[in-house]
Amino acid sequence: MALDLKAVSPKTRLALLGTAALAVVACFMLIGAGGNWNFVLPFRGAKLAAMVLVAYAIAVSSVLFQSITHNRILTPSIMGFDALYLLIQAVIVFSLGIDPLLDTGNPNLRFAFEVIMMTGFACLLFKALFNGAAHSLHLMLLAGIVFGLLFRSLSSFVMRLIDPNEFMVLQDRMFASFNAIQTGLLWVSAIAIGLASVVAWRLRHQYDVLSLGREIAVNLGIDYRRTVMLTLALIAVMVSVSTALVGPVTFFGLLVSNLAYVTAGSDKHKYLLPMAVLWGVVFLVGGQVLLERVLELNATVSVVIEFVGGILFLFLITRKKH
Amino acid sequence: MISTRQAEEGASARPARNISHAWLALPLFLTAALVVFSVGIGAADFSFAGLLAGTQSDAWQLLVVSRLPRTLALLLAGMSLAVAGLIMQMLVRNRFVEPSTAGTIESATLGVLVLALLAPDTPVFGKMLVAAGFALAGTFLFLALLRRIPLRSPYLVPLVGLILGGVVQAVTTFFAYRHDMLQTLHAWTVGDFSGVLRGRYELLWIGGALALVAWFAADRFTVAGMGQQFTTNLGLNYKRLTLWGLMIVSAISAVVVVTAGSIPFLGLIVPNVVSILFGDNMRRSVPWVAVLGGLFVLACDIIGRLVVAPYEIPIGTVVGIIGGALFLFLLLRGRSRGA
Amino acid sequence: MIEISNISKRYGETVVVDDVTLTLPAGGVTAIIGPNGAGKSTVLSMISRLLPMSAGRVLVDGIDVLKGDSKELARRLAILRQDNHLPMRLTVRDLVAFGRYPHSGGRPTVDDALHVERALGYLSLEPLADRFLDQLSGGQRQRAFVAMVLCQDTDYVLLDEPLNNLDMRHAVDMMKLLRRAAIELGKTVILVLHDINFASCYADRIVAMRDGKVAYHGTPLELIQPAVLHDLYQLDIRVREIDGQRICVYY
Repeated sequence: MALDLKAVSPKTRLALLGTAALAVVACFMLIGAGGNWNFVLPFRGAKLAAMVLVAYAIAVSSVLFQSITHNRILTPSIMGFDALYLLIQAVIVFSLGIDPLLDTGNPNLRFAFEVIMMTGFACLLFKALFNGAAHSLHLMLLAGIVFGLLFRSLSSFVMRLIDPNEFMVLQDRMFASFNAIQTGLLWVSAIAIGLASVVAWRLRHQYDVLSLGREIAVNLGIDYRRTVMLTLALIAVMVSVSTALVGPVTFFGLLVSNLAYVTAGSDKHKYLLPMAVLWGVVFLVGGQVLLERVLELNATVSVVIEFVGGILFLFLITRKKH
Repeated sequence: MISTRQAEEGASARPARNISHAWLALPLFLTAALVVFSVGIGAADFSFAGLLAGTQSDAWQLLVVSRLPRTLALLLAGMSLAVAGLIMQMLVRNRFVEPSTAGTIESATLGVLVLALLAPDTPVFGKMLVAAGFALAGTFLFLALLRRIPLRSPYLVPLVGLILGGVVQAVTTFFAYRHDMLQTLHAWTVGDFSGVLRGRYELLWIGGALALVAWFAADRFTVAGMGQQFTTNLGLNYKRLTLWGLMIVSAISAVVVVTAGSIPFLGLIVPNVVSILFGDNMRRSVPWVAVLGGLFVLACDIIGRLVVAPYEIPIGTVVGIIGGALFLFLLLRGRSRGA
Repeated sequence: MIEISNISKRYGETVVVDDVTLTLPAGGVTAIIGPNGAGKSTVLSMISRLLPMSAGRVLVDGIDVLKGDSKELARRLAILRQDNHLPMRLTVRDLVAFGRYPHSGGRPTVDDALHVERALGYLSLEPLADRFLDQLSGGQRQRAFVAMVLCQDTDYVLLDEPLNNLDMRHAVDMMKLLRRAAIELGKTVILVLHDINFASCYADRIVAMRDGKVAYHGTPLELIQPAVLHDLYQLDIRVREIDGQRICVYY
């Protein structure tokens, strides 16, 4: 008479998680609102939209990245991609002589420019690390983490070049974080993600074949290099969006992608991707609700995610396989 | 004399090359030159001519209270951290392990925060002891995790250490945020010698002394680096040796963190460069590692002081860049050999 | 027909495949044999465009493997190498169904389902069809991969040491099956083999490689000779005819 969990179909699982996500969103919008709906709804709505976009961007980019690298531990953030974006932001501000404290110029335009540079550099970084035949996964992980640290140090350096005195203030003003979600970029982010999604959708069948490994994928006729590079560009766009909106969050992608692999009930991307996105929403929005409204631990979402994600990462690495 | 480090998968032992210690004169001379240079630069007005002629009123004061202590602090920190890295690499038998890739530094920082919250008036020596205790605990946790890894790929070891450090740092950040100490935490996290004055850096001499102790015990650490069975066969107590080694490493880390913050990658790069040049004989390597470590840190600090003069780039950032780049170079060059 | 023209593979200073020219006609079973490091797997990888060549060109039915459309090639040539472990959980049927991808691009048709069932039947995998790959033994998993390749329904089937994980019975079954596929279905089967006796008993043609070059090329009768084998393997190998089969004895 016990419930056979394995028998629950992927579609049902999606529906269940979808309901949970809606519930979490409702909680976020409604709990502790105090009745001033004219203000609360747009204000919280903007934050919610940002978080949903971020959850979507991180979930999709992580799952796709893991498909093209044939592993389930590496994610773009762990590889230092989001630190790369911060560096690009800092370098652009520095080289264009923009005074970030005055907030001049069109932020949307600057964002578009940053995305373009990010795409180019991300492809270079990927090429540098994944040249040719298979390399040790652990070497890639380690190199990725060190790249991340290197980029962060470089960003810190560039910011001190911009303003040696005020650089900490600068850091807070220039870079997004969960406490300072850049809601001004919502529209351009949504458009960028929309475009990226269209391209990814058209490649959707190829991703299932790609996860079989490079040799089988080539055998089955996939234009490996082209597909991988194109997907990488998509990933770069999505990482740019999420870092521009809420700043870098290293382990979030790992968390949601692995949750999807375990709970989706299928390894097909048409189930994995939505599942990962929904987990992202549940964790991000739900985490915010839990920490801010229930536990009253304001603005520590990113730290908690780092903690939980880090533990998950250690667990995954020290497990039996591979 | 034992002359090789135990080979781990992918990492290979390098035979000792008999380069005479006389060559040490070269980096020592360079260090002396940089010391003079380092003492000469800074925000305030200072000139050697003025000092000798007695025309500059505060010159002597500046030299003794600020310039000299800072330079000495840099040398001591560099020397002891580099040697600490070397010890760790021998004990864990992995080329990429050092206090900032094993969770040691982050644990020490956690200790400093905890003490600042619970007993903020503790004297500096007490802070160091508590930080060292936390550092030791963190390192033990790291070793415990390593024991659970089924396959010891050489890259997996520092990876685990880096992530563990990240997790510990998340915990520290969490508590710092709760008690509104984020700015202070940031000051401890990124190594910065700008606040070093006479009376504030003396702890680092302990680090220097410990590095000296490590030199005397170098042969024993090399034996321990061969593994438990080898060590026991030679009549030494493996566990006690490892414990002493890690205590030295933790104390050095604590001393540097309490005085100036964290200097990443140092204990990894210097021993590896020395190993490439001179092989893996620890007793031979220690003086080179120490001298080059001091030299490297001093050079980086000078760069940090010159680039945006009169402002300073903290040494943690400079080493993060140069050290990170060197680390990547070491990682990726070995790849072509099919590691 | 597969035309291999002056292909070479170099890794830095090391030459793994040295200026190989070969024409493999359509039909039948061709076995590639040779000592370790001879370059057999590398040649197979280059023919199937898994590995780019340092020099030279390969034409499969007139299509240049590197310049031609990969999907078009995937409908004519299939390759299976060793070391197939997947980080995904797939059932046997799911895996075999992937073999139809070059034909239907991810939108399976009824025709595809028929091909899948046929491939499963050919390799006697029906009882295991709905089990997950990681629940199977190494040999069963190997058969599932071969089923996928057969399901791909190509004229040319390239296999790199397909008998490695198989026990005696399944190894014999596999070779019999590959011969059947060549005879009944008109496929051209090219496989790298370690065991020269299997090559002797089941191949129509043998290509023998050594030190990156083709040392010998001909029928089993021509190649399974003590003089040739000694030159190839640096070992005294006696050849005995038992029940119409030429068996090598070197133990």
